[in-house]
This record gives sequence, C-alpha cells and structure tokens, in this order.
Amino acid sequence: MKTMSIASLLLTTALTFAVTGVASAQDKTVKIGALSDQSGLYADLGGPGSTLAAQMAIEDSGLAAKGWKIDLISGDHQNKPDIGTAIARQWFDVDKVDIIVDVPNSGVALAVNNVVKEKNGVYINSGAATSDLTNAQCSPNTVHWTYDTYMLAHTTGQALVKAGGDTWFFLTADYAFGAALERDTTAVIAANGGKVVGSVKHPLNTPDFSSFLLQAQASKAKIIGLANAGGDTTNTIKQAAEFGIVKGGQKLAALLLFLTDVKAIGLETAQGLNFTETFYWDMNDKTRAFSKRFAEKMKSNAPPTMVQAGVYAGVRHYFKALEALGGNPHDGAKVVEKMKSMPTEDDLFGKGEIQPNGRTIHNAYLFEVKKPSESKGPWDFYKLVGTVPGDQAFTPLSESKCALLKK
Amino acid sequence: MTALTDDRLPAPPRAIRDEMIVFVVMALLLAAVPFSGIYPFFVMQALCFALLACAFNLLIGYGGLLSFGHAMFMGTAGYCSAHALKVWALPPELGILVGIAAAFGLSLITGFISIRRQGIYFSMITLALSQLLYFIYLQAPFTHGEDGIQGIPQGRMFGVFDLTKPTVLYYVVLVSFLAGFLLIYRIINSPFGEVLKAIRENEPRAISLGYRTDQYKFLAFVLSGTLAGFAGSLKVFVAQNASLTDVHWSMSGEVVLMTLVGGLGTIFGPVVGAFAIIAMQQYLASFGQWVTVIQGSIFVICVLTFRRGVIGEIAHYLRRSL
Amino acid sequence: MQALYAQLLVGLINGSFYALLSLGLAVIFGMLNIINFAHGAVYMMGAFAAYFLLNLGGINYWWALLLAPIIVGIFGMILERTMLQWLTGLDHLYGLLLTFGIALIVQGVFQNYFGSSGLPYAIPDQLKGGMNLGFMFLPVYRGWVVIFSLVVCIATWFLIEKTRLGAYLRAATENPTLVRAFGVNVPRMITLTYGLGVGLAALAGVLSAPINQVRPLMGADLIIVVFAVVVIGGMGSIMGSIITGFALGVIEGMTKYFYPEASNTVVFVLMVLVLLVKPTGLTGRAA
Repeated sequence: MKTMSIASLLLTTALTFAVTGVASAQDKTVKIGALSDQSGLYADLGGPGSTLAAQMAIEDSGLAAKGWKIDLISGDHQNKPDIGTAIARQWFDVDKVDIIVDVPNSGVALAVNNVVKEKNGVYINSGAATSDLTNAQCSPNTVHWTYDTYMLAHTTGQALVKAGGDTWFFLTADYAFGAALERDTTAVIAANGGKVVGSVKHPLNTPDFSSFLLQAQASKAKIIGLANAGGDTTNTIKQAAEFGIVKGGQKLAALLLFLTDVKAIGLETAQGLNFTETFYWDMNDKTRAFSKRFAEKMKSNAPPTMVQAGVYAGVRHYFKALEALGGNPHDGAKVVEKMKSMPTEDDLFGKGEIQPNGRTIHNAYLFEVKKPSESKGPWDFYKLVGTVPGDQAFTPLSESKCALLKK
Repeated sequence: MTALTDDRLPAPPRAIRDEMIVFVVMALLLAAVPFSGIYPFFVMQALCFALLACAFNLLIGYGGLLSFGHAMFMGTAGYCSAHALKVWALPPELGILVGIAAAFGLSLITGFISIRRQGIYFSMITLALSQLLYFIYLQAPFTHGEDGIQGIPQGRMFGVFDLTKPTVLYYVVLVSFLAGFLLIYRIINSPFGEVLKAIRENEPRAISLGYRTDQYKFLAFVLSGTLAGFAGSLKVFVAQNASLTDVHWSMSGEVVLMTLVGGLGTIFGPVVGAFAIIAMQQYLASFGQWVTVIQGSIFVICVLTFRRGVIGEIAHYLRRSL
Repeated sequence: MQALYAQLLVGLINGSFYALLSLGLAVIFGMLNIINFAHGAVYMMGAFAAYFLLNLGGINYWWALLLAPIIVGIFGMILERTMLQWLTGLDHLYGLLLTFGIALIVQGVFQNYFGSSGLPYAIPDQLKGGMNLGFMFLPVYRGWVVIFSLVVCIATWFLIEKTRLGAYLRAATENPTLVRAFGVNVPRMITLTYGLGVGLAALAGVLSAPINQVRPLMGADLIIVVFAVVVIGGMGSIMGSIITGFALGVIEGMTKYFYPEASNTVVFVLMVLVLLVKPTGLTGRAA
C-alpha cells in the first residue's frame, strides 16, 4: 500500500508540475500533513487509512487539473504528545505544511492544537474524542470533524433510555476520558428519566475484566455502559459474553466503538451491541461507492472507519474554502473562518455546518451489531437503529465554554 | 562480577586535558547551531535527552546500577514544573526548581527502596516503581491523565530572557545542559566518583576498605535522579507539554539505549547516543512502524558486538579517556 | 460474602498467568542467570502461534496447547544458541538489555503485520458455556485455566525438584564445571532450559488467547507486573514463584472488589512493602 500511495503521490505531483508550468497570480500550492498513529492502538482506525483518505480527497477534488499543486506527507506520532508536537512544529517550520489532519489520541490532539494555533495553520481533527477541542481549548484554527465524547454520550444515552433501558451500570476507564463519558451519559440518562444504579472504575489497559463484570451482573441494571475505549472495550465485550451477561438479559452499550473493533471482536461475540457512529460504509449508494474505491486501495481491503471518512470529508471541505478564496493565503485562521462560513456537504456525512467553535455538525447514528446469520459480507456488521440530527447530538453552543463564542 | 565497562588506561592529567578539549569543541559546535540552519527545536530536544542520559550514565557507568525506571524522574519533574508554571504561574527559574525538588524527593524515596537489592533485581524494582508512578499519574487529577498538561507558558527567565523566542530558549537550554554536564563531570572526577568506580569494580573489596558502599550508591542514585529531573524540567520549556509518555517504561528503555549506543561509562557517550537516537526517531519517522524494530535491533547489535558503544570504541582505539 | 467468593475465584485465574510466567522466569534465571525481558513477547508469540495454527493449519486448541509451546520453545532455543550464549561470563545486565532488545523487535514486527486491535480466538467448543456454582456463574473455560495451570506448575516443580534431569539442572546451576566433568553436556542443558522457560510462557499465551484478544502488545505490560511478582517471591525457589503468582492474583482480585482504582498498582505497592520488610523477597536467597 505504502509504495503504491507514494507512487500515486509522485504521479499527482508530476502532473501538477506539468499543469502549473505557468506561475499564477494566486498562490495555489498546498501541503497537507496527515498526522496519525501509524502503528499503535489507533493505527487501524486512522493511520495509513487516513493518509489514503486524504490522498483520495486530493484526487477527487480535481484541483490538480485547475492548476493547484497539492502535496501530502504523513507522520507517526506514536501516541506521544512530544513526538506529535515535534513533528507538527517541524512540518510548519521546515516543510511549510498548511494543514494537519486526523490526529487520533486526545492527548496528542490537544498538544498539536496548541502548535497549530501558534503557527497559524489549519487543523482538521477527525481522530480524537475529546470535546475540549471545541470547548475549553477551542482555537480559531481548528475544526473538529466526526465525533466527540459529548456526542457519543448523548446519542447513545438518549436513544437507549428512550428504548426502555432505564437502569444503567457503568464500567468506566479510570482516567479523564472515561470520567467525561460517564459524567455526560449520566446527565443524559437522568434527563430522560433513567437511573444509574452503580458504577465501577477500572484501570486503563486491564487484561481482565471478570471482577468488574461480576459486579455489573450483580447490579441487575438493564444496560451496562462501557465508558472506555480501544482494547479495554473489546476485552470487556468478549469477557461479558463469556460470563453470559448478554444471554442473562442485560444489554451492553459501548460508548466508543469503531468498525475495526467489531471486526476484531467478531460478530459471534459482538452481536446485539449498541453504539454510536457518524459514518458507516453501508449507509447509501454514495458511501458504498466511496468505500468500495477506498477498500480496493487498502492493504487489508477494509472499508473506511468514521475517522478516515472524517479526514476525507474535512479535506474536501478545506479545498472548497481554498477555491472560494481563489488561492491559498497561507493564513490558517482565515481559511478556517471561510470553512465555517460555508455549509458542509459531502458524500459521506451529508449536509452539515461548522459552528463558530470549530465543531462540525452532522447526523449521528445509533447502530446495533448484526447477528452472524444476518451478515452478508466480511464487513456487513451494523444495522441502523436510530438517527439523531446533528443539532441534538453535539454540544449546544449555549453550553460551550469556547472563548471564540464570547466575541 | 565482570565490570560493565572495560578498564581504560589511567592517565589523569592527560585524560582531563583531552576531555576538556573535547568539551570545548562540543560546546562551540552546539553554540553554533542557530547559525547553521539545523532545526534548533530538534537540537534542544536532543540536549534534554542528552542530559537525561548523562544522569543515567552516572548511575550505571560509574555506579554499576542499571535503572530501568529513569523516566519516572524526568516525568515527575516535568509534571511538577508544568503545574508550577501553568497553575501557580511561577517564573521559569522557580518552575525548574520545583521540578528538581520533586525529582530529588522522589529519588530519596525510590532510592531507599530499590538500593536494597543489587544487579538484576535493582533493574526490575526500578522498572516496577516507575510503572507504579505511571499508574498514579494516569489517575491523578493534576496531570490531566491522557490529555497531559498542555500549552505551558514559557515566560521570562530571571525576568530578562524571553523564552518564547526560539534562539533565546535555545541558549538557555544549551547553558543548562552544559552546566549539568560539567556538574556530572565534576562528580565523576571527585573522590566520591573514585569510590563509586571502586565499588563498581569490586564491591567486597570496597567494603573491606571500610567504605559504606550502600550509602555511596544511594547518594549516586539521588544525584542521578535529581539531574534526570533537571532534564525533565528543561524539556517542559522545549515541548511546552508534559505527558504520560515521559513516565512510560518505553522512555526508560530509550534512555538505556541512548547510553548503550554512546558508550556506558564514557563521559561523552550519552550525548552522542542521545543525538543519534533522537535523530533516528526524527528521520525514520516515515518508517513509523519499524522504529521500534530498529531500536530493538540496535540493542541486540550493541550488546552482542559493540558493548563499548561509539565513544567507548573510539576511546579504546585512541587509548584515550573520553 | 458470595461476591467475595466469586472474586477469589476470579483472582485465581489471573494468578494462573502470573504463576506460569514467573515460573518460567525463575527456571531461566536459575540456569542462565539472566532475567528474560523477552518473556512478555514470547507469551504473546504463544497466543499468535495458537491463532495461526487454527487459522492457517486448521489445528484446534488442544493441539495448539501442545504445539505452540514447542514452536515458540524452539524459537527460544535458537535465540539462546545464536545470541544469549555469547553473553556467558559478562555482566548479567547485558542479558537483560539483549532480551529487552529482542522483545522490542518481536513486538514491533508483530505490530507491523497485525496492527494493534487484536485478533479473535474462539473458546474451544468443549469448554464453552458456564456452570452455576450458586455464588457465581463460572465460565467453564476459566475454571479450566486454573486447573490446567496448576497441573503444569506442579509438573514443572516435580521435574526440577524430584527427577534425575532436574537434579542435573540444579547441580549445573551451582557448579557447571563439575557437572561437565561428569559428562553432562551443560550448554545443551542451558539451551533446553531456556526453551522450557520460554515454552511455559508460550503455554500461558495459548491459555489466554481465548480470554484476551490476541494482540502484539498483550505481554508488554503484563511482564512488568510479573517482574514485581518475581521480586516479591524471590527467584530462588520454584515452588515459591508458583505460590506467589497465585497468591498475588487473588490479592489483586480482592482489590478489584474493595478498591478497584488501586487494582493496577496493588502488586507494585506490595512489592515496595515486601522490600522494606524483607529485602531478599519472601522466599529468595540473596542475589
């Protein structure tokens, strides 16, 4: 995959050189940096797939034919804020990058957020969960696409309580992310007339959840909410199946789960699980067409995750803003302002908008994992349970603590 | 027990002259960096790690104790400095002091516990202690867990030096590094350092000569930990964040690797090693996934064929002490 | 009170992994005098071996229990022959550094090819389902893990402490030259011992594959806990490391019930306490 994308990159570059032989009045060069976790925990949901998504956005935009010269580089932040900021700084200082995309891992995402603001670049985050990016730590240079903790908690919490899941027990990862998820979901549950009967905090990266699951089982709650992520979530789900929790009548609600996680768990174990995403490859003809092209270029033939889809959509919208500006002003805040002034619309997320705090608003969907018997293909995993319109799913502007809103 | 480093020819006056020449050359080269077009941010980062590796080397190269948890001192100092700068809004010099004090306190406690066992046990204990701290920092509210402390103000050092200017920051970091380096050099060549080397070579003999070896090792541990804390505090100004990465065991492993590559028990080795490893991480970043594999391979190659490290080999070849 | 029984039992399951891993470390340490930092990596390789045997060779769990440790054990013996044996006579710390490097390589390579999300491995049909013990619902597979590990641990103890081969082993640890004089091939014994220790870790990996995801980093953090277990128990005695392994699993299980926030740290805190009271560890001789 790597060599192929490099080859195609060279090809595009060569083409753009050929086309932009004549210097235009407006600067039409753009350099995009896809900063992601290329080998760790988030590599499958972002990683090389996000670079590919950005690459496809460049190709699909057709800008090369209009005289633009667009470069793409990628970097591996290895989930270390240090390395992330070092790469970001170097990209701005040395490589003259205009825009950084993706950046999963909240810690790295927030660190990079500061660098982009300092260097006046553009930052389209798709991979990180923290709602702080558009809340307390919002920046005039940042657009947060795809999802955040507030949205996950609200959509899942609200939909399940309304469907009758009115008693909850939380298994919460014992750090800021887990606490935020639990806090937000609890508020939604209470607001919709449900009740939280108990919760247990588990350490991050625990291999064994049996103790916690036994406590959840004993609580007799109808819904067991998993306020954790990544390996912790998949392990909880697997082990819950072993302890017969779902068979015993309790439902699991994963607050953060990705397509690749479901693949790793397997339908046999994951069936019946509820969770929220903002993109699924099998939503409509447009998403299917994109996903087919995407999967053909992936080494694993995997369709895009919502994070990768967010990178694609974000980059496309960024190009629209640049085109509207008639060239690249190399002024991040100005470009982001333009992006906010235009409604978003693309094949993957449909219609939406970017709020003044940088939050992109689009539909959110509650999914349920199919039974193995219902699945017709290797990635046919979800069925749609409910749709929540963007303005109800994401933080209302009245609740946002973003300083940009006070002006 | 065989010594970790091979015996070199003892030639004190000439050795010290050689070392001072190399030191001056190194200082001049580093001082010229801002004029050379080399990306200064990268050099600053490397300098912080170089200081950390030198501190670590004090313990293993001269005390024979392999700490596999040195990241905990760097991380602790980093968090405390960051907190002091951001929340208490202290000036930079006091922020650094807070970090150093925290590392000092931590090294007193961890030293007291770990120095009770020798050899491999010592390594395992320091590793376990740093993992314990990792989990504590993951949960403690002031570290902000996974998010880390972000956007740390750099401020004005002594009210004069504006650290937000890259060049000023660079020279402040460079001077701090050189000061730390000279301090370590001084320690190594002091009577205390000589006793330490004697203990490393033959502990029972040192005991029979009447030295309380445990106290010497404890002191070496505290010095090393505190200096590692200094490196951690400096790093806060460069990276402008403090995160869990700095307390994770893989960071401790990287420090070991830097020192091993440069040469255990050599004076300049850790500096060379730190620059080599940081440069490797930078320039191989596009290979992403393979960086850990390459690091592992360097470990294996060094241990099997290259135990003296770069500087150690050069020193051995020139029959000089470096 | 019922919940407490359940937690005790659950603690024993984790204890089984600690016991198997610290037992392997102790066996290797006894013979080679090195701490095998690659132990977490070979544990992971065991799980992956089971995964490959099933998915590429169609070989089921039961055969994997036998074959995976052998395959990984052979890998270990190759490592010992090509690398570790060159370190004899050098400071023990070099063994630690070398195996740390090996761990990085192995984990890095696996991460490259299999990502980090983990691969599923199903519980064998014969061990699916659970039993209602009155105070808890015990998945059959977990019960199997406890019993099987206990059997393996005791068998290893018997092999080393009670058989002729074990007697050679112990003698070779004390005085290799003398044992060689009796016509025993000591280097070969060292290689086999390393293979045995590594095989035990791989066996633990196979056992854990259906419970945890098969992930490249599954052993990376676990090994540090096991190090603490080993420091607490001391590596002087085989039985000591088995008992400490199980005991710490149970204590950790209790912590998860009474104060879950501390369950990650309890083993390390215990290590500190033990070091303060008895620096040589509970059963260990001076290092």
